[in-house]
Amino acid sequence: MDAILLQILNGLDKGSAYALIALGLTLIFGTLGVVNFAHGALFMIGAFCAVVLSRLLTLSSVSIDPEKVDFLGKPLKVETPYVELWFGPEVGAAIINWSVPLAILFAIPIMALVGLAMERGLIKYFYKRPHADQILVTFGLAIVLQEVIKYFFGANPIPTPAPDAFSGSFDFGAMIGMDPNVIIYPYWRIVYFLFAIGIIGAVFSFLQFTTFGMVVRAGMADRETVGLLGINIDRRFTVMFALAAIVAGLAGVMYAPINSPNYHMGMDFLVLSFVVVVVGGMGSLPGAVVAGFLLGILESFASMAQVVAFLPGINQIIIYLVAIVILLTRPRGLMGRKGVMES
Amino acid sequence: MGILEVNDVNKRFGGLQALNSVTLDVEEGKVHAIIGPNGAGKSTLLNCFVGRLVPDTGTVMFNGQSLLGIKPHEINQTGVSRVFQTPEIFEEMTLIENVMIPAFAHRDGAFKVNFWGGVSEEGEVGDRAEAMLAQVDLADKKDTLAGSLSRGDKRRLELAMCLVQEPKLLLLDEPTAGMSRADTNNTIDLLKRIGEMGITKVVIEHDMHVVFSLAHKISVLAQGTVIAEGLPDEIKGDPRVQEAYLGGAHV
Amino acid sequence: MLALDKKDTTLFLIVLAAVIFAPFLLNPFPEGSELAQFNAGYPDLLQRFLIFGIFAIGFNILFGLTGYLSFGHAAFLGVGSYAGVWMMKLLTMNVVPAILMSIVFAGLFSLLVGYISLRRSGIYFSILTLAFAQMSFALAYSVLTPITNGETGLQLALDDPRVLGVSQVNGSIPPTNLFGLPMRESFELTMGGWVFTFNAGYYLCAVFMMVAFYLAIRIFRSPFGMMLRAVKSNQQRMNYTGLNSRPYTLAAFVISGMYAGLAGGLMVAMDPLAGAERMQWTASGEVVLMTILGGAGTLIGPVLGAGFIKYFENIFSKINDNILHQWFAFLPDGLEDALVFVIHPFIGKGWHLTLGIMFMLIVIFLPGGIVEGFRRLAQIGRRGTGGGKKSADAVPAPAE
Repeated sequence: MDAILLQILNGLDKGSAYALIALGLTLIFGTLGVVNFAHGALFMIGAFCAVVLSRLLTLSSVSIDPEKVDFLGKPLKVETPYVELWFGPEVGAAIINWSVPLAILFAIPIMALVGLAMERGLIKYFYKRPHADQILVTFGLAIVLQEVIKYFFGANPIPTPAPDAFSGSFDFGAMIGMDPNVIIYPYWRIVYFLFAIGIIGAVFSFLQFTTFGMVVRAGMADRETVGLLGINIDRRFTVMFALAAIVAGLAGVMYAPINSPNYHMGMDFLVLSFVVVVVGGMGSLPGAVVAGFLLGILESFASMAQVVAFLPGINQIIIYLVAIVILLTRPRGLMGRKGVMES
Repeated sequence: MGILEVNDVNKRFGGLQALNSVTLDVEEGKVHAIIGPNGAGKSTLLNCFVGRLVPDTGTVMFNGQSLLGIKPHEINQTGVSRVFQTPEIFEEMTLIENVMIPAFAHRDGAFKVNFWGGVSEEGEVGDRAEAMLAQVDLADKKDTLAGSLSRGDKRRLELAMCLVQEPKLLLLDEPTAGMSRADTNNTIDLLKRIGEMGITKVVIEHDMHVVFSLAHKISVLAQGTVIAEGLPDEIKGDPRVQEAYLGGAHV
Repeated sequence: MLALDKKDTTLFLIVLAAVIFAPFLLNPFPEGSELAQFNAGYPDLLQRFLIFGIFAIGFNILFGLTGYLSFGHAAFLGVGSYAGVWMMKLLTMNVVPAILMSIVFAGLFSLLVGYISLRRSGIYFSILTLAFAQMSFALAYSVLTPITNGETGLQLALDDPRVLGVSQVNGSIPPTNLFGLPMRESFELTMGGWVFTFNAGYYLCAVFMMVAFYLAIRIFRSPFGMMLRAVKSNQQRMNYTGLNSRPYTLAAFVISGMYAGLAGGLMVAMDPLAGAERMQWTASGEVVLMTILGGAGTLIGPVLGAGFIKYFENIFSKINDNILHQWFAFLPDGLEDALVFVIHPFIGKGWHLTLGIMFMLIVIFLPGGIVEGFRRLAQIGRRGTGGGKKSADAVPAPAE
């Protein structure tokens, strides 16, 4: 029982990331009809927003402290981050410590701009091109973005820690009345999961309760008719693209402490997220979310020592295996609509 | 005994009874027209003949063989060809290729790996295709891409693609829809000419002019049911038919 | 000639001549000169041109003709490589069984993957092939280590049985050979300042490449090829025309898988080791890239694309800032530094950036690839001289 609970919890953080990326992919696919292979790159850019902010915050002024000397007796250079100079040492240190959550604010405008630039600058010219062309051009873009990041940040992962308040773990088992020390769970993963739920909830309420969202949903169901009603659906779709970029970016920002950002994390997640989208059902938003969590948890179960001993290697292929089975038995995925991309 | 026997076919889409106990008997060598107001189930019925849809109940027998539960290409190989409402052609290929493909299907069956001999060495198939293009007055365009044709030409091309297979049964779904009067008359002439080849035809048509100049027998479909059937003259005077059309206009 | 029409015969002979004389043609700069780094006429690179050319020709038979975009073809190349190395471990260092078996195994594996994947089309097909390839990659790294030797990669060893040959000669592993002719054997021809290298392995690749190319021409021009193009154009009409599209696509899939296997077999014939990274999806992406870049659906496009990418990969990765400074030394210092600074991200390790940008530009502006580019240039040329018939240009010629 506790083993099962532990695996479910372990699958939540990856599942959250899958769900958020797949949600954005589905938004873009459902509204714009574009298969975006560069969506993983948006996730990666988000993660690097966290890196950049934490670097900006730790930019330091170098001064020489006349009272201290190093072990050779020379005056010691002291680096003091500007934020500590401006806001005082305590507030400054707290700001630096909280750089990852703060990066959310930093990332929203950046991701919106990246999304807008991508849609207006490239994607919009591909609405009427075949899906193969869309895949290819966004694949090219993904390579370019990945290489740009590699050029500026190097090939090595960059550790980006969570605030001290959330580092470390807590005894989840004891909290819910089970034996202590059985289910130890890192704080940040719970934060990530709750954050993901929050974002997903926000996106769904936005689509459900605003006029804008209603038009977009109508557009997803039948683009031509909505266009005929005289509604400028294209502009709304641009906004949707930016929104999807923000969702992917925020997923990346908050994932930075779980997995140190590196230039190929986008591609790693992209392939799996696509599988998630297909399993959930191309064009189905709830399907993307459900499949994301489901596959994340399934992957975590498949990595259990008992399972791997029984079926070696299963942890590495389980998602693909599920995708193959689902595609062959339920071509529309778990919750897909009829006829999406089947021509 | 007809060449195509449709017996008690029912098809339901959710709450809509699209076909309600449809029974048809198409005689060999004749032109059988199916008319009816929009939404009467005409195209649904045709879809049941070519394997695009499978009826819920009932039988469709062609030449004594059931057409239900077998794949579209198998149905075609038994001798049933179809002209679609919107032309289904190979837009990115030349006209002559468009006609050669069905000619190969007719000669070689549903699948044949023939990658050694060149297409250009298939003189007999090429000649047949070219002759067929000449029949539909498209011979001079044989090397243009099919996608660049006008809608009327596309329909004629599709007809040639069907005829080159020497089908026993030809299904025509509104062969003159969207055509000018002149084009329509050309098509009627063409259909009459191929009528002389002895091919059985089932025609769905809105244009009464076309129907009455071609059909030997007419079935009237309304709300999924055959409400009248008979010779053209009988149908013309049938009050039920007029009501179905007028009623259809109001709904 | 060769039962091809005049145009195809010309094309075939041009490619043949280019392949035979490549060690000359691609070595235009004398040894030791500053431009010698742009030479491509050395065996290792020449072999890669041909091997990836074969891979891309095969991929094009599937993607170019039927329009089915596979993102997993590297898996077949990988399987071919493993099969080849195993033949060399078990049987003999003669490359013939290795190459044959790599084709056979890749063919069988593609039959399995294709049979399942082709039940879906469009992006679903792409995802299925991707899933299969990633699975193969993951398994090759982990569970299948006894067969693939995991991360290290499969290599020859001194105590391999090699029942038809010898395990070792004087304490070292015998070289790969064709009935005794070592693949690494080269003949060097020095003419003035030039050194030309003629390598046995290269010419073996050349023979296979020409056979593969010839076969591709036959397929393109055959009724079978016409049916494959029909699949791309309108699969629905095809089925209502009495043709069963599934076995056609499966046949194309298996043929392209066997081409990939041949490429994998030749790789190990040149250099007898095989690693799992050959199967990764980025490797599959590379062959897609070559095909698109050259011109999908054209005969010569994939060969050009493969050559282009492999050449520039090689050159771009070699150029560094020092070389750039030498080139721009004639400029004022400030300008020289600025230029080097701007170009720097695109060279050396930045090659992939250049590749990505090039790839995007091609897809955006020239979906027909290099071949389409040549065609447009030829048109402009014709118009410029006032010759050429405009009406004939309006209709694109069928695949060449």
